[in-house]
Amino acid sequence: MAHFTKATGLQDWFNQRLATDIVSRVMATEYWIPKNINFLWAMGMVLVITFVFLLASGIILMMYYQPNVETAFDSVNYIIMKEVEFGWLWRHVHGVAASIVFLIMYIHMFTGIYYGSYKKGRELIWISGMLLFVAFSAEAFSGYMLPWGQMSYWAGMVITNIFSLGDLHLNGLVEWIRGDYVPAQAFLNRFYMLHVLLLPLVIIVLIALHFATLRIPHVNNQEGEELDFEEEAKKYKSGDKKGSKVMAFANDFLSKDMLVVSIFMILFFYLVFYNYDFAMDPVNFDPADGLKTPAHIYPEWYFLWSYEVLRPFSTNIGLIAFGFAQVIFVMLPFLDRSPNAIPAHKRGAFQIWFWVLLADMIVLTAMGKLPPEGIYSTIGLVSVLLFIALWIVLPFITKMEKKL
Amino acid sequence: MTKTNRRAFMGKAFSAVAGVGAIASLYAMKKSWDPLPSVKAAGFTTLDMSEYKGNELVTEKWRGKPVFILKYTPEMMASLNDDQKTRVIQIGSDYFMVTLGLCTHLGCIPGYNPDEKSFLCACHGGTFNVAGEVTKAPPPRDLDIPPFKINGTTLVLGEEGDEYKKLLEDGKTLRV
Repeated sequence: MAHFTKATGLQDWFNQRLATDIVSRVMATEYWIPKNINFLWAMGMVLVITFVFLLASGIILMMYYQPNVETAFDSVNYIIMKEVEFGWLWRHVHGVAASIVFLIMYIHMFTGIYYGSYKKGRELIWISGMLLFVAFSAEAFSGYMLPWGQMSYWAGMVITNIFSLGDLHLNGLVEWIRGDYVPAQAFLNRFYMLHVLLLPLVIIVLIALHFATLRIPHVNNQEGEELDFEEEAKKYKSGDKKGSKVMAFANDFLSKDMLVVSIFMILFFYLVFYNYDFAMDPVNFDPADGLKTPAHIYPEWYFLWSYEVLRPFSTNIGLIAFGFAQVIFVMLPFLDRSPNAIPAHKRGAFQIWFWVLLADMIVLTAMGKLPPEGIYSTIGLVSVLLFIALWIVLPFITKMEKKL
Repeated sequence: MTKTNRRAFMGKAFSAVAGVGAIASLYAMKKSWDPLPSVKAAGFTTLDMSEYKGNELVTEKWRGKPVFILKYTPEMMASLNDDQKTRVIQIGSDYFMVTLGLCTHLGCIPGYNPDEKSFLCACHGGTFNVAGEVTKAPPPRDLDIPPFKINGTTLVLGEEGDEYKKLLEDGKTLRV
């Protein structure tokens, strides 16, 4: 048996049994963050906080929500919204956070792309992050089914139909996913399970992985400078905090993180209390009706760009383009052939590529919301072709980049 | 047998048994997700076809899905070509379009315009004519025809009659 001595205090008591000193050194006080960063580096913490809000509000909602096709709609719109004290608060926190979490994820992603934070040992950070994006997408979709309104039902119908994979006509697979010919009781129950248990578990595991992939390569910095973390840490620990290019995660960096989080929370609660409507589609306040399609079916704003990729084509080509759009971001570390891991503004053609991609995705998002008619169809088609072309040219333009 | 060999053997034996168990439980999980027998058994709808009026679209429900019943007026019948007529269902002296009311693209319900005699799917802009044929992409194929059996003046959806089997053989519809 290990040797234990009489503890000098509570901290020592835990330290002897759990090595808490080592854990806090590795995870916080001696986990080094470059100083040369900006507020965009705080998005990870903003995401953590938003996820905690989703979890907390979700737990309360779960106590009154009823996953039954007869009662689900009323349990949300009557019981939670009208009867449960502060039920409206949890629902609006949950709905707003679910929408905002995607905005922050997109900012987080595009920050990573801009600063080349997916290269030179940081590939797994990017890949685990993209897996998180997929898991959050599934979580958002499954959650969207639960109020069992018209948009829930028809989004469920359209998205599960994608699994028939066009001309492969895998109707059996679609019926298997639904547990019925159409979205019905079995469907609602299993998506409830996915939303409150399986997918959150997957997300939590992926978050742990995402953090773990970050620990050894450390976070990138504004110049893409390769830091000797051990050397800089030595300086910091010897008292030369000013001369060192790094700071400790806790409490130095954390205090800066929390400043950004605080500003974010002001915006977040402003939305929750005064402007939650953007996260509550009016069509979903009609109960699900399998015999009536809403005049215009569209996903939440964060899926619009990939929805638009699907739209301008015939089913098969649309599905191929959609599949391409879903996986291509994961491949980014391998498609970027440049030897440089530096910010886009130092990379010539890549800088143009970055801004064109961002603009194109904003156009795709706008077109996804508009009815697929006339000029919008054309703009949509051009934007989709541009999106695909951008990813095809990426290896070539980055290959031509000179080593700096 | 040396000690290491024994341990390697135990490791392999354990993995093999656990592997079989894992595959078996995956099979059980797959089957647990299947549609229930009660869901499958509720898959028949009987319609009295003498009730419908010409050029008036009625949406019936079969397996939770909408089914379009459109009785053709004599003028509408006259506007159809021979190929289109193969999809027409005759009951007594009446002629009908009977199709699933789901767009073959991604399953939205198209709306019917009785003046233009055409269907428009609002989701992605696909259109169909009164024969159920696609007239504008993205829908990849004509509206599907559900399995049906003609019983005098009634139509049973969910049962495969001779007329339906012929349509299936001729490739006029997919099995849905």
